[in-house]
Amino acid sequence: MGESADIARELSIEASARRIRELERASRRENLGRAWYKFSRNPLSVVGLVLVAAVILLAVFAPYVTPFPRHAGAFTDFAHAKVPPGVKYIFGTDQIGRDILTRIIFGLRSSLLMGVLVLALVVPPGVLLGLLAGYFRGTWVDVLIMRVTDVFLAVPPLILALAVASVLQPSLWHGMMAVSLMWWPWYTRLVYGLTSQLRNEYFVAAAEINGASLWHILFREILPNTVSSVLTKMSLDVAWVIIIGSMLSFVGLGVQPPEPSLGSMVADGARYLPDQWWIAVFPALAIVVVVMGFNLLGDGIRDMFASEQA
Amino acid sequence: MPLLSFIARRLGYSILVLLGLSIVIFVIARIMPGDPARMAVGMMAPQWVVDRLREQMHLNQSLPVQYVFWLRDALHGDFGLSLVTQRPVMSDIVEFFPASLELVLAAGLLAAVGGIGLGVLSARHKDTWIDSVVRVFSYTGVVTPSFVFAILFVLLFGWVLRAFPVIGRLSEQVAAPPVVTGLMTVDSLLAGRLDAFVDALHHLVLPALALAMGSIAQESRITRASMADNLGRDYITAARALGVSERVVMGRFLLKPSLIPTVSILGLDIASLFSIAFLVELIFNWPGLARYGLSAMLHKDLNAISAVILVLGAVFALVNIVVDLIVAGLDPRIRLAATRSQ
Repeated sequence: MGESADIARELSIEASARRIRELERASRRENLGRAWYKFSRNPLSVVGLVLVAAVILLAVFAPYVTPFPRHAGAFTDFAHAKVPPGVKYIFGTDQIGRDILTRIIFGLRSSLLMGVLVLALVVPPGVLLGLLAGYFRGTWVDVLIMRVTDVFLAVPPLILALAVASVLQPSLWHGMMAVSLMWWPWYTRLVYGLTSQLRNEYFVAAAEINGASLWHILFREILPNTVSSVLTKMSLDVAWVIIIGSMLSFVGLGVQPPEPSLGSMVADGARYLPDQWWIAVFPALAIVVVVMGFNLLGDGIRDMFASEQA
Repeated sequence: MPLLSFIARRLGYSILVLLGLSIVIFVIARIMPGDPARMAVGMMAPQWVVDRLREQMHLNQSLPVQYVFWLRDALHGDFGLSLVTQRPVMSDIVEFFPASLELVLAAGLLAAVGGIGLGVLSARHKDTWIDSVVRVFSYTGVVTPSFVFAILFVLLFGWVLRAFPVIGRLSEQVAAPPVVTGLMTVDSLLAGRLDAFVDALHHLVLPALALAMGSIAQESRITRASMADNLGRDYITAARALGVSERVVMGRFLLKPSLIPTVSILGLDIASLFSIAFLVELIFNWPGLARYGLSAMLHKDLNAISAVILVLGAVFALVNIVVDLIVAGLDPRIRLAATRSQ
């Protein structure tokens, strides 16, 4: 008799555990649905999503979708140099006869690579330093980390990035490293502010009393509560990093020729203004479209998280 | 005197930050491969000249010792010779800085007037077509890099409409006024030369506008948002219910507190205008510090690079202190907090 009661109890425990899991799954689905609803309520966010998706697809499949894939490299065709926009060359050709549309689409690759890799390099150390400084607020750890952060924030990031990029041999990778070196403090500062508030919460105190390790407190208790702010900042930062990257290549300290990049195409084309205006203007507009796409998407993500917290 | 001690504390802290920045710059300058002494005298110089220069530049000593010597010279305004111009870096900076300052001040003025003006316009006509136009404009402004604006402006106003000159600070046929402040517009007024003033202003408009576009857009968004926020507050309803005129409500009750975020962002923006100027000066052939710094970077002219960054860091720190003071003037809560913390 005792045995069957045990089995019955176990079964009911199992059943309720299963039920809880089901409910959790359903609520997660519901949250996802609600997040999408909040995101899609603003049509501009959807426009941003579509633009970004289009840019990514174009960049990935550049060799297959561009009319003249060979023009992406060191190709010359002086017979067709400086052809104005038309049927064959939709955006015209540049000073040595390369199709501008093709080079814009290939140029998206380095812009995207820059945006993604810089954030991948910057966010983990930036967040970690912010967590440490915030949790140990008032100790020498805080002082050391935040004072170093202040030093890096003492000059606009573009200037130091330019200086670092110029000291190294100019290339896409060095440009990325230079921008990364200047970008982490913003994440440290953001997470520092959040962490120094969160560390006073009861759930952190509870974990401390239970003897949880520093690792557990930082990454299991505090970090999850900063994720939405960090993600929001990241989604808005992609656009900024792309702008800074295009500025670096505009002054010649980023992607090197013959590799195409939007910034250096604008710089090259600027020499042929005003008569061959298309050489500079179309890559310039391409930058605006890409940045706008990421910005709209970032705003959508921010709104999604913002109303979730409210 | 809480205000004075507030300024003193901020100044002291800025000096510490600048010291840190100088270490960063020194390290950047020293990780560069190659012998600075060899670069200074050129490839053809005999070895003993290089050796003697190494001795003079303290390059044979340890890095911290080198840093102390470097810092001592830098504090005396001695950053060494520029490799490009073959002149002391400091005199280059003194020559080129005013042009950048004039450009940035003009752009800052445009950003403040244009941004706040558009923001107020947008907020007062909230949810009408005026609001929509301003918002589309400011969104475009935020996502467009300054060098794109610069190029579009050169094309449109410089070449198609031929309304503005696109190169330099003064036309060739106009004689430059004697240098007093280095600001072309101010100098021509001081010399009583109205023709030069008009010409300088004419040259200033396009680059300043290209530089300011991003900030105008940013400022108008922030002003609109914070005015819209405050518009729903009880004290506005109360003021209206008491029959306070709409102009006083808008101007004194609504605009003043709404400007606090605008001013803080504007300060940061003006400081970063110096960095964006790097690109705008290049396009408009504007003989400023940014163009000088950029050519130094392209030629790996380390003395000039270090000096430009340190000078800009000092300007950045100074602007931030001024902005904090203005914000404290606008926001009584901050003044109160500063007094309490004494």
